[in-house]
Amino acid sequence: MKRRVLPGLHLTLGLTLLYVSIIVVLPLGALVYKAASLGFVDYWRIVSSGRSVASYRVTVLCALGATAFNLIFGVALAWVLVRYRFPGRRFVDALVDLPFALPTAVAGIALTALFAPNGWFGAYLAGIGVQVAYTPLGIMVAMAFTSLPFIVRTVQPVLEDLDPALEEAAQSLGGSDSIIFRKVVLPLLTPALLAGVSLAFARSLGEFGAIIFIAGNQPFQTEITALLTFIRLEEYDYQAAAAVASVLLITAFVMLAVTNLLQARALRYTQRA
Amino acid sequence: MKISLDTVVKTFDTFRAVHGVSLEIESGELVALLGPSGSGKTTILRMVAGLEYADSGKIYFGAEDATDIPVRDRGVGFVFQHYALFPHMTVAENIAFGMKVSKVKRGKQEIAARVADLLRLVKLDGLGERFPSQISGGQRQRVALARALAVDPKVLLLDEPFGALDANVRRDLRRWLREIHDELGITTLFVTHDQEEALDLADRVVILKDGKIVQQGTPEEVCREPNSPFVMSFLGDTNRLPATVANGEARIGDATLPAPGVADGRAEVFLRPGDLDWAVEGSGVAAKILRVIDHPGGRRLLVAPKDGGALELDVAPEIRARAGDEGYVAVRRGRVFAA
Amino acid sequence: MSASTDRKPPRIGEQPAFRRALIATVLVVTAFFIVAPLIVIGMEAFSQGWAVYAAAISDADTRHAIMLTVVTALIAVPVNTAFGVAAAWAITKFDFWGRRLLLVVIEIPFSISPIVAGVAYLFVYGLQGLFGPLLQAHDIKILFALPGIVLASMFVTAPFVARELIPLMQAQGRDLEEAATSLGASGWRTFFSVTLPNIRWALLYGVVLCNARVMGEFGAVSVVSGNIRGQTNTMPLHIELLYHDYQTAGAFAVASILAVLAVVTLVAKVLLERQGAGRGGRHPALATPQPAMTAPKLATEKST
Repeated sequence: MKRRVLPGLHLTLGLTLLYVSIIVVLPLGALVYKAASLGFVDYWRIVSSGRSVASYRVTVLCALGATAFNLIFGVALAWVLVRYRFPGRRFVDALVDLPFALPTAVAGIALTALFAPNGWFGAYLAGIGVQVAYTPLGIMVAMAFTSLPFIVRTVQPVLEDLDPALEEAAQSLGGSDSIIFRKVVLPLLTPALLAGVSLAFARSLGEFGAIIFIAGNQPFQTEITALLTFIRLEEYDYQAAAAVASVLLITAFVMLAVTNLLQARALRYTQRA
Repeated sequence: MKISLDTVVKTFDTFRAVHGVSLEIESGELVALLGPSGSGKTTILRMVAGLEYADSGKIYFGAEDATDIPVRDRGVGFVFQHYALFPHMTVAENIAFGMKVSKVKRGKQEIAARVADLLRLVKLDGLGERFPSQISGGQRQRVALARALAVDPKVLLLDEPFGALDANVRRDLRRWLREIHDELGITTLFVTHDQEEALDLADRVVILKDGKIVQQGTPEEVCREPNSPFVMSFLGDTNRLPATVANGEARIGDATLPAPGVADGRAEVFLRPGDLDWAVEGSGVAAKILRVIDHPGGRRLLVAPKDGGALELDVAPEIRARAGDEGYVAVRRGRVFAA
Repeated sequence: MSASTDRKPPRIGEQPAFRRALIATVLVVTAFFIVAPLIVIGMEAFSQGWAVYAAAISDADTRHAIMLTVVTALIAVPVNTAFGVAAAWAITKFDFWGRRLLLVVIEIPFSISPIVAGVAYLFVYGLQGLFGPLLQAHDIKILFALPGIVLASMFVTAPFVARELIPLMQAQGRDLEEAATSLGASGWRTFFSVTLPNIRWALLYGVVLCNARVMGEFGAVSVVSGNIRGQTNTMPLHIELLYHDYQTAGAFAVASILAVLAVVTLVAKVLLERQGAGRGGRHPALATPQPAMTAPKLATEKST
C-alpha cells in the first residue's frame, strides 16, 4: 500500500470496514442467502401469492397517493418558507422535521387518535361519509406524514439558491407569474423535486411503525408488505418472511439507484445553471 | 540547509505529475518554482515538505536522505496557499501550536516570549488575541509565515504565497518576505505562477513545464538567455515573427539578428515589445500604426508590418505616433529559435 | 432578505391576495397535519388526569422500558459515533480504491425498511440463522435480548454521524491536518486539537439525530426484541403493547415522553443549525440527497 502523509488510515478504515461488515453487510447478506436458498419455484410461489401481490398493490398505491400529496403540499410549504416572511415562519420551518424526530410508533398512535371514527378529525370526516383510519386512506396519511420532510428539504435549498435574475429576465420578457413559474421556476426545481419524490416514495414503501396502528391490517385490503413480512415471522414461516423481505430489499436497492441517478442529474443541472 | 532532488518522479491519475526532476537548492538560497498550472510545481514543493511521497528518486536535506522522513519529523516550515490557519485558535495560539506539540518541551513563558518575538518579526504586535477570521488576508499570510517559522524549520516552503492577495498588498509582502529571508538566512523555496513575483523575489528561478524543468538560473539569466520559446513567452509579452536563417543570422525586413546555433532555414523570431523602436524614417520593418495605447511609463504601439502579421512595441512617451502613421520598426534585439 | 421587498419590484407570487391565500393554506394544513398529532398525544396522555398519567409512567414495566431504551442508546450512540468519526476520517483524509462504494454501503440503511433490517438480523443470530446454532450451543443470547436490540439500532442509525461529518470534512479539505502535521503534531493531537474543534457542532448534530432515532426505533427492534414485557420492550414497543391492551392513556403517557424527546431534538437541531451544523441547516434530519457524499472529489492536489 502507498505511504500516506496523514496518519490513521489503517485504524480508521479498518474500523469502518469492520463495522460496516458486521452491522450492514453481514445481515443483508444473510437475508439474501436465505431467500436465495429457497430455490426459484418456492421463491416465486411465495412472492407471487395472492396475499403478497395484494400487499404490494396496497403499499405501492398508497405510497403513490402519499407522495402525490406531498409533492403538492411539500412544494407549497417550501415556497412559503423560502419566499414569504410571516410571523411563525421559523417555527413552521423547525416543525417540518417533526416527522423525522417523532418515533414512528408515536406518530402512528397519534394519527390514529386523530383519524379514528371517534377522533378529532375522524368524527367530522365520518359525518361527510369519509373513513380514514383502518382504510387505505389511513395508510396514505401515515405515509405522507413520515415522508413529508424529504420533499420540503430537497426543494427548499434549490428554491433559496434560485437566481432572482432568471425571474427578472422572464419578467422583462413579459411573462406572467404563472407562466414564469411553470416555464422557468418549475423546470429548475424539477431535478430536486424528482430526487425528493423518489426519497419520499422509497421511505413510504418501507414504512412500518406509523402505518400498522392506523391501517386496520386486513389481508388483501389494508395489509402492507412490511407488515406481511412481520406476520410471516410471527407464524414462524421464516422462508416466506425471507422471500417477502427480499422483495422489499430489492425494491429499496432499485429506489436507491434511481435516487442516486436523479441526484447526480440534479447536481449536473444545478452546476450548469 | 542545502536541499537536493535527484530524479524525483511522481505520477497521479490527474495531470499534475513530475517526471524526473533533479534540483539543487543551496543553503540560504531563495528559489522560485515557476510554471503554469499543471506544471507539477506544487507537487515538487509538497514532496520536499513530505506532504507527498515520491514514486521514485531521492530528496536530500544536506547530506541526509529525507525521502522517507515523514512530514512531522522533517523539520520544514510550510505556508499553505490558503494559509490553513486553525480557525478556532487565536493568532498567538496558531503560532504557538508547533512549539506546543513539539517533542522538545518548552515552558509556557518561553513559548509566549517566542510568540511575541515572531509577532514582532511579522509586524503583527498586538493582534495575538484575534482570530484568523478577524484579520485581513495579508495579515493571515504573515501569521501563516510566523507559524511556520516558529518551529525553527530547516527550510521554508511557500505554496503560492501571494496568490490570494490584492495587487498592492502583494508587492509590499514580497519585499517584506525578501527582507525576512535576508534577515534569517533560511533556505526558502516557493511556488508561483506569476513570473513577475518570481523575478522580483528569488535568487534563482526554476521554470517548469509538464513536470519537467525547462530552465533554471538567476532572474537575469532566464530573462536575458531564455532557452526556449516557452520560457520566452512565459516570462513576458512577446511578438513572434517568421524569419529565415542563413549563416547564423536571421533576417526580418531590413534588420538582421544574430542566430547562433540555429540551423539554416525557417525560424521564428521572438521580440519583446521593449526591444523594438519606432521611427518615421530609417530602416527596419516597414509598418503602419493601427492603435496607440498610453501608459504612465510609455506608449504601446500596435502596428501592422507591410509584409503581414502584427507587432506590439513599447516606446518612450516622447515618441510621436498616431494611428495611421507609417514608418519603421527598429529591432534592437531579439531571440531566434528554430521553427 | 425581504424586509425591504416592498421597495423592490415584486418577484413572482408576491401579489398580496395570492401570498396570503398560500400562507393561510399551508399553515392550516401544517396545523392539522403536523401540529395536531403532537397536541393529541398530550391530550390523550392526560385524558384521565394526572394520577393515571403518573401511574402509567411509574409502572414497573414502563420504567423498565425506559431503562432499556436509555441503555440501548448509551451503547449504540457512542459506538456509532466512533464509527462515524472513523469513517469520515478514512473517507475524507485519504484516497483509496472503493471509496465511493464504501460511501454507498454506509448509506444503505437509510433506504431499507426497518422490518427488513430486523428480518436480516434474525437470519444471522436467530436459531434458523447463520450463527444461531453456534450461539445456542454456547448459550449466548443475542436475539430477544439487549445485544440484538443494540445491533438492530446500530443498523438503522449507521449513517447518521458519518453523513453529517463527511460533507463537512470534505469541504474543509486536508490543509489544516497537513499544516498541523507539518508543525510536528501526532495523529491524535491533530485530530483532537485541530479536526475535532472544527467539526464539533456537526458531530453533535449527528449524535443528537442518531440518539433520537435509536430511542424511537420501532420496526427493526420489534423483530429482534421478541417483545417480552418487562424484559425486552423498549419504549416504542411498550407503547404498542399498551395500545393493543386498550390502555390508551398509558400508551400515550409513554408516547408523551418520546414526543418531548422529539421536541427537544428539534430544538437542539435548530440551535445546532445556528452554529452552522447540518450543512447550513437546510437539510432533512435523517436523509437527504447529498451530492457531496455520493460524489466526493478525488483530487488531493491543490493547484499546481
